[in-house]
Amino acid sequence: MNSTILSTSNLAKSFDGKPALCGLNLAVPRGSICGFLGRNGAGKTTTLKLLLGMLRPDAGEIRLFGEVVESEASSVAARRRVGFVSEDKDLYSFMTVDQTIRFTREFFPGWRRDLEEKYLDLFQLPRKKTVPKLSKGMRTQLMLLLAMARGADLLMMDEPTSGLDPAMTEDILQILGDLAATDGTTIFFSSHRLAEVEQICDRVCLIDRGQVVIDGVLDDLKSEYRRILLVFDGEPPKGLADLPGIDHLRRHGRTVSLLVHTDVEAALARARELGANSVEVRPVTLKELFLDHVRGE
Amino acid sequence: MNLRVNFSSGVPIYLQLMEQIKHAVDTGAIRTGEQLPTIRKIAEELAMNPNTVAKAYRELEREGVVEVRHGSGAFVAGPPALSRKTLEICEAGNALRPVMKQGIALGLSESELRRVFEDELSRLFDHAAAARRNN
Repeated sequence: MNSTILSTSNLAKSFDGKPALCGLNLAVPRGSICGFLGRNGAGKTTTLKLLLGMLRPDAGEIRLFGEVVESEASSVAARRRVGFVSEDKDLYSFMTVDQTIRFTREFFPGWRRDLEEKYLDLFQLPRKKTVPKLSKGMRTQLMLLLAMARGADLLMMDEPTSGLDPAMTEDILQILGDLAATDGTTIFFSSHRLAEVEQICDRVCLIDRGQVVIDGVLDDLKSEYRRILLVFDGEPPKGLADLPGIDHLRRHGRTVSLLVHTDVEAALARARELGANSVEVRPVTLKELFLDHVRGE
Repeated sequence: MNLRVNFSSGVPIYLQLMEQIKHAVDTGAIRTGEQLPTIRKIAEELAMNPNTVAKAYRELEREGVVEVRHGSGAFVAGPPALSRKTLEICEAGNALRPVMKQGIALGLSESELRRVFEDELSRLFDHAAAARRNN
């Protein structure tokens, strides 16, 4: 359970001299469902492409299943065990569902016919229809089927539920939960939908400007982080940002909002010393964590 | 048991699950010895992460609310089981009760009945002691 399936250390990549990733360090333990978050352009898709071997890093290291991915051979071996669902659900447009499955099957010696049957049955895909005639949800399901039937131990997805209706989204999330529970599949997916990430993920990794800013167990983050709201009589004092454990600070007139983790009690005591009139402590939602970390002050 | 989770609240999800399961136990919605839904079933019904459900069960087990039997699932833990001695005492009491009732029916008072009981008891133990001495 605690072994790391996927990790990077100091991963860096630039495009035309512009840094996309600058020293990315992440780690995903086996059997977890990890939500990969960040603003548009934060480097999520670049990270996924590097992990999948579709791009080469300028610097840094990628480990899949505990092994460093370096040579072509090690890359192919590791990536056979990785399933991928891309953002645009790109499949060959001239093929039917059946043809797509048969075509993909040939590349993977460990192809699981039982899983192929299981998901065909579950999704009720129209086997004779060509890909462009499928709905977006069906295309997602087909890609999920292709990703799982190769016998993947690690599933990576780039915004798997974008453009799907709530019912279809719920179905996909249910399958992800089932995969993690039944087969111990590790799932790493990017998303902008925080609600679905909160629902299905046990871990989140938030990146901003090419670096990881939060990485951890979601429930632990919710336990550790607190929002402290302070009201002062006049201008809030200067020394607030230097309090221990402060992640983020926002001033608004006579009120100050602090995002604190680790020693909440110490921060509260200091805030009282500095003369706060009213001190309020609130739990923090994932949305607040996201916004505070990617917006800056 | 009707579990409901507010995923977007700041309260950790495993804590929400723990609270609701404890409430279900307190209100008698699920009783001692009854089986809780499997981790997989809860994860599937709520379309949520199985690791989080597992964490809630682990914590409930640590608190003594549920008992996880490997391979067969989680059960609501009961008060500690009665010892064998306690059971034997209960059984002896049950056997004596009709005899005592008969004594009362014959018109014996409580102290008379107690004397009969004690006489018989000491006679039995004397016999046993004598038997041990003779051996």
